[in-house]
Parts: sequence; C-alpha cells; structure tokens
Amino acid sequence: MGRARTLLVSAAVVLLGRRKRKPPKNADRVVPKLPPNPGAEAVAIGLLFLAALFAVAFVVVYAVDSLPAHTQLLGLTLGLSLLAIAASLIVTAKKLVATEELVEPYTPDEHPGEQELLVQVVEESGDRLTRKRLFKMGLGAAGGTLGLAVLAPALSFGPFFQTKYYRGTPWRRGRRLVDEHFHPVRASDIEENGFYAAFPEGLSLDGREELGAGVVLVRLPIHALRLPPELHGYDAGGIVAYSKICTHAGCAISMYRAPLFQPDEPRPALVCPCHYSTFDPADGGSVTFGPAGRRLPMLPIGVDAKGYLRAKGNFDDEVGPTWWGTRIWKPSP
Amino acid sequence: MPAVVRAPRLALLVLLVAGVAATPAQQGKSLFGAHCLSCHGGNGAGTSRAPSLRNVGARAADFYLRTGYMPLPHLGLQPRRSRVLFDESQIRALVAYVASLGNGPAVPKPHPERGNLSAGQHLFSTHCAGCHQIAAQGGVVTGAIPPPLEDATDVQIAEAVRIGPYVMPSFSKKAISDRELDSIVRYVDWAKHPDNRGGWAIGDIGPVPEGLVTWFIAAAALVGLCVVIGKRLPHG
Repeated sequence: MGRARTLLVSAAVVLLGRRKRKPPKNADRVVPKLPPNPGAEAVAIGLLFLAALFAVAFVVVYAVDSLPAHTQLLGLTLGLSLLAIAASLIVTAKKLVATEELVEPYTPDEHPGEQELLVQVVEESGDRLTRKRLFKMGLGAAGGTLGLAVLAPALSFGPFFQTKYYRGTPWRRGRRLVDEHFHPVRASDIEENGFYAAFPEGLSLDGREELGAGVVLVRLPIHALRLPPELHGYDAGGIVAYSKICTHAGCAISMYRAPLFQPDEPRPALVCPCHYSTFDPADGGSVTFGPAGRRLPMLPIGVDAKGYLRAKGNFDDEVGPTWWGTRIWKPSP
Repeated sequence: MPAVVRAPRLALLVLLVAGVAATPAQQGKSLFGAHCLSCHGGNGAGTSRAPSLRNVGARAADFYLRTGYMPLPHLGLQPRRSRVLFDESQIRALVAYVASLGNGPAVPKPHPERGNLSAGQHLFSTHCAGCHQIAAQGGVVTGAIPPPLEDATDVQIAEAVRIGPYVMPSFSKKAISDRELDSIVRYVDWAKHPDNRGGWAIGDIGPVPEGLVTWFIAAAALVGLCVVIGKRLPHG
C-alpha cells in the first residue's frame, strides 16, 4: 500500500514537474521599443468587429429565404466578412507589428582548411575509375532514354497508330436512315431549305456518339448539284448526306445557310459553329471558308421501294477531325 | 351629256368617296406600287433584283413589314430589324394585297401558353441555338448575322420559323409541329428575361465576357491588393 502510494506520488511529481523553466530575462531589450499607434489599433479592432457583424448577417440572410437576390446576398456577406478580417490583418501587419531592419555582413568562411581537404578527398576518390568517359556515356544513355520512354505515351494523344476508329463507321450498304427520334426518314420529308440530322438504324443512343454515326441531310434542287465525277450518284434525287462531324477539330455541324433568293444571297452552306468552317453541299462538301483542311465526307444514299432513305455504302472518305494519320486511310465499303 | 360630267362637283365627290372607300387590297396595291414594285415587279412577279411574291401569302408580308425587314434600304444587304415605314392600316392593306397575289399561308397564331418550357429549350437548342445562341442573343454564320431575338414578338417568331428569311433554314410542320412551335415560342419569350439566379448575367453571351470580367476586374483587384500589402525594398 505504501509502495503504491509512493509510486503514484513520484509519477505525479515527474509528470507535472516537467514544466519548462522560464529563461532568465536579459536586462536589455531585444526588440526596439516603438511608439504606440492607437489610430491603427482602432481601425484593426473595428474591422474585426465588422467582420463579426457580416458573419452574423450571413446567418440571418441564410435563414430568411424570401429575400430577393438571395444568392448574391449570401456571397456578399460571406465575402465581406472575410475581406474585413483580411483588412484588419493587413493594418496590423503594416502599422502595429514592431519591425526592425538590421544589416549584417556575410560571415567569413569558417573552416577554410577543411573545405580544401574535402575537395581533395573527392578528386582522389575518383582515381580508381579507368573509363570515366564510358561511364559518362552510359549515364547519358540511361537517363536520356528513360526520359524519352516516359514521354512516349504522349503519342496516344492522337490516332497515330490507332486509326481503326476513323476507318470503321456504323454505315453499311442498305442501312436505313433514322432521325433523332429513331423514326425512319422518308425522302419526301426532306424539304428544300430544311436542315436535318440522321443516324444509322439500329444504333443505341450511346452508339450515336461515334464520330462516324451522324449525318446531315439537306435537299438541293437537282440543277444546282455540281458533284465531282467520283461522287456521281451519291445523292438521292437532290437529297445529299454528309458527315455531321467537321473535318477541322471534330465539332458537330449545326448551322445551315439556306438562301431564299439566290442571286443576292450567299450560296447554301453547311457551317460549323466552333470555328466557322464552311462546306458547300452542292459540290461534295468542299471547304469554302474556315480552317478545315479537307472536304466533308459524303454518304451515298438512295430511296428504297417504300420511299425511305437508305445508305448505299460507307462514306467516301475518313470522318472526323483531320489528324495527321487520317488522310492516309480510306473506310471499308 | 352624262349626268356626271354636267355636275363636276358631284363627280369629284363620287371619286373622293370611291377613293376613301377603296378596299384594303386596292390601297395595298397603290402602296405596293410606290414601295415594292421596283424590285418585286408588277403583281409581285419577281425580277432579277427580288423574288416573286406570288404564293408567299399574308404570313411573309406580315413578317417582313412588321419587323421593318422590308423595304430593303439597299440591294444586296441582309434584311434587318429596322424602321417600319408604314402604320397599322397601311400594313394591313399591304398584307391583304400580297395575300391576294396567290395562294399563300395566313398569318400564324402561336399559343405559347400551350407550349412546354423545357421542351422548348430542348427544341431550341437542337434547331436554333447553333445560330441564335442558347439564350437567343444572336450569333454569326459565314456571310450573315443571325439576329438576337429580344424584340421578336410571338407571331414574328412563328413566322420566321416557317418562312426561313434570308439564309435561315425553314422548318415545315413536318419538321417542327405547331405544338412544338408553341414550346419554342414560349422558350424564346422566357429567354428574353432569363432567371439569372447566380449573379451578374453580363448580357447572357457566354464565357468570353465572363473571362474578361475575371481578367480585368478580379485579377486587377488582386494585383492592387498585392500592391497594398507589399512593400518595396530600398535600393541597396
């Protein structure tokens, strides 16, 4: 019993007695004595209480739902509260904190002899190597190739080697065209001056996200068509279908210029909203304005026995933005 | 001698009455002759300068006249909303005359209250926002300027959708049904005063002015704050 009590008392003394002893005070001041600045103090203290007021206002605004411009008031009260705290801290730092600037010269070298010794040690330690240059070459080779290897995945940014996506589209000979509500498109529904979008039948909504899926449909008067020889027969009685994906950077073409009175007005054109690449639907989608580098791929279409539009094959060229590799491959028919 | 010639005052009175009691179509014909004939040709047959008005109907005349698109101040210009040269009765007369030129569609009567606002937004973003911008603030197309729709009335919106003025595509009832058109009109009406719950709308035109606010107001304020907080060291 006595031993336990002794143990407890000694433990208490050890733990509680380990307080830091206050260092003895110097007789001289270390920090220079600067005069007080009651004006700045008042400003700093006032700003702090102002911040408190704004914070309370935030809670009040939050509670009163019916205030107009509620979101703006919430932001204002919170922002001003934080701003007031910041202002108070700035005033304190600039006007109230005692500062002193002292200039001291650089200290001279402490151990000149030992520093020279160290240099000698390093030099003599390298004496053992006989093929220093080869070592340097080896290190350069290892480090350099490692650096390049780490950068190599950047090639995956563009389809340098994987152009499968751009060669394969969901269009095949005989595939019917459907509109955005999955209804098959009749040739008679496509009117002049109208602008329509279509997809291959049987594709889900996710499948429609493929670059090669969407087409734009417009009808031009037959006498206005000027298709080049390799695209003869790609239209269906004046209805032409082009890839919806701009060949510049891959945005969807969503603008159509449909003039009411040809002589005075610009010709019909498919325009991309991103950078205004303009394609002429009458001559195979050639670029008449804008940064696109090649003409719009055209889908050959025809009208089946029941009057619905069907594809007669695949696009005549790569769909999608003009990466370096896509000019080389052609899609399978 | 006929009675009319023997009584010239009576003849004058008869003529005056006849002139005042002219049908709107006849008044329209004389207005047409004064303002439209030189480009659109006699009986609206069309010339090399302007299209034929034979079957455009009251719908087109009402649209072009009430917006001030016509008369065009200068050939070759894009028609734009501008001064309306005619008062209400003159417009009615011209519309009646143009309607009488053929067998065209009547002035549409949209019912936006029957439309659905969210369906209208979906339809507008599918068919219209590419050129007119999602908040109908207008945009650009190569060679033309799709205008903002702030001043367009419900009837004018419906008319423009069906006509497709200048280089705007036209949307028939098969492409956009009347009920869908009601929804689109309702959306455009809403877009004139969108609910900007988040704060400053900056004209509802999108990320470019918002970026300008960030750079020229917020960043400038931050730089100013740094100047206030910091202190320049004296040259040593």
